[in-house]
Amino acid sequence: MSHPSASAHETGTAHQDDHDATHADHGSLRGYLTGFVLAAILTIIPFWLVLGHVIASPQATIVIVLGLAALQIVVHMIFFLHLDTRSENGWNMLAFIFTVVLVVIVLGASVWVMYNENANMMPMSPQYMQHKQGA
Amino acid sequence: MNTTVVAPAHAEPRDFLCREEAHPHSGTLLGFWLYLMSDCFIFAALFACNAVLGTNVAGGPSARDVFDLPGLAVNTALLLFSSVTFGFAMLEMARRHKRAMLGWLAVSGMLAAAFVGLEIHEFATMIAEGAGPGRSAFLSSFFTLVGTHGLHVTVGIIWLIVLMVQMGKHGLTEANRRRLMCLSMFWHFLDLVWVGVFSYVYLVGVLR
Repeated sequence: MSHPSASAHETGTAHQDDHDATHADHGSLRGYLTGFVLAAILTIIPFWLVLGHVIASPQATIVIVLGLAALQIVVHMIFFLHLDTRSENGWNMLAFIFTVVLVVIVLGASVWVMYNENANMMPMSPQYMQHKQGA
Repeated sequence: MNTTVVAPAHAEPRDFLCREEAHPHSGTLLGFWLYLMSDCFIFAALFACNAVLGTNVAGGPSARDVFDLPGLAVNTALLLFSSVTFGFAMLEMARRHKRAMLGWLAVSGMLAAAFVGLEIHEFATMIAEGAGPGRSAFLSSFFTLVGTHGLHVTVGIIWLIVLMVQMGKHGLTEANRRRLMCLSMFWHFLDLVWVGVFSYVYLVGVLR
């Protein structure tokens, strides 16, 4: 960080930058507490929805629970893992975006393909199932 | 120093190195981040298995029969609290308060140990009820995904103990601080994966 030929003024600036970088890496008390409160709220709501049977339709509840989980993952990323576009010259963010794209493909394609596999399976008669189990 | 290219004397020197580019102290933190991203793929594959096999109960118990949601709420709270207390430890490290940092690390470690203890208890109860990993495709995928996460947390606790001993012996050295920053990322990452586990495997599991 400190160049040998750096003047006193530049060294001072470098030190300031170093301090700011350290500050950004570790977050702040305010940041952790904000993250905690948001994460707690985003955890309590889905538990309440499922345990209390608040919404009659299971499909609607599933969509809301998954939406809240995605939101909570973003909260954890920002307030606990301190992910932003500046850290490590943006390489952290780039690697993260790449991962998200691949994870979405892996999850989405698996569910999509296997759903169609199941839907297109030849229907098995109870007699056939009995035969299989007996064999 | 003969050069074949003759440049006018008044021309500006061509500078292909970006002087403004910031050089990080070490690539360890970025490298560790890349490891975590690759770990994401392991969990993504296991989540995909659970998504595909989650309803294949083979006539055995379904998610609704085996999951203890109040117990899950306790586990989720333990892991979230441990994430925040680890954050407090990192703040104390930045202030160079070694004793306070070790205190918060111990609290984080004990919360995570309680999490692993409850999970082992849950697994033992399920296996005793005949809902072990061999019972159905659903239970195989459940034990593999949740077990892999639990194994990560266990390794994290061992790493934490080792680092606490290192910190106690050698103090807040540059190397020790870098190691703790990696563990901090690992710790928060596992809490993030747990958000997917409790939301998808457990809560969505009992609904579908």
